[in-house]
Amino acid sequence: MIFSRYLFFILSFVAIYAALKVLISKKPMHSVLYLTLAFFAIAGHYILLNAQFLAVVHIIVYAGAIMVLFIYTVMLLNLNIQGEFPKSKLAKIASAIAGGLLLMTLIAVFRTYDLKMATDPSLNQIGLVKNLGKVLFEEYYLPFELSSVLFLAAMVGAVMLGKKDIY
Amino acid sequence: MSGTLQNMQIIPLDYYIFFCSALFAIGVVGVLVKRNALVIFMSIELMLNSANLLLAAFSAYRNDPAGQIFVFFIMVVAAAEVAIGLALLVMIYRSTHTIDINVLNKLKW
Repeated sequence: MIFSRYLFFILSFVAIYAALKVLISKKPMHSVLYLTLAFFAIAGHYILLNAQFLAVVHIIVYAGAIMVLFIYTVMLLNLNIQGEFPKSKLAKIASAIAGGLLLMTLIAVFRTYDLKMATDPSLNQIGLVKNLGKVLFEEYYLPFELSSVLFLAAMVGAVMLGKKDIY
Repeated sequence: MSGTLQNMQIIPLDYYIFFCSALFAIGVVGVLVKRNALVIFMSIELMLNSANLLLAAFSAYRNDPAGQIFVFFIMVVAAAEVAIGLALLVMIYRSTHTIDINVLNKLKW
């Protein structure tokens, strides 16, 4: 099963490449499409962790709903005609250095940890829909119902903000 | 013997930490480097996803379903957040005809 390790590296490479291309791409539409690729690679990671439920929800929510929203917004705002607004060279270099320092700090902090792995993720069954559904509808039933109220509020808010004559 | 064999098979948890740190750092650079509010929003989604993946990885390695439930709720909140955020973005574009964040600095000082 050394195969899963190769799969991990391939998926990580695709995700990081797509994430970098989100930043490098000049046109917002290309950024959106590369972001979709990154989301699919992350869904592959969820499957590798044996979290099938999360993988399916991730594809439905991110690649399905959020990406459609982003693409519609790009088309509504007509950004490809208006063009991009590049930052100054100094600001770009400064932010790249800041991000690199953050990455260095995170890795330096985490590499000193001695992480003990309790189980092999490819053997446990907690990520399956059946087991996760049992936990969700027994222990976390109230937050699950409250999230529907959150969605209703978000829907009303989005419709209200989208109306033309409110300001 | 079986222990070493098993250790060979499992992907170390450190790999997930390093991968998610890299993804998070890329998101931070995206927020800092871009002036297009839409792309900044995408970078924020990227950071949210790296945190989600790490949470799911720890949950899978610890055999604790609470972490994956938490990831599910984060996804729920993220979906609502994107809907509202993009509605706000469209509204800003309608009133100012740009989403360049250097123009939208009325609340800065």
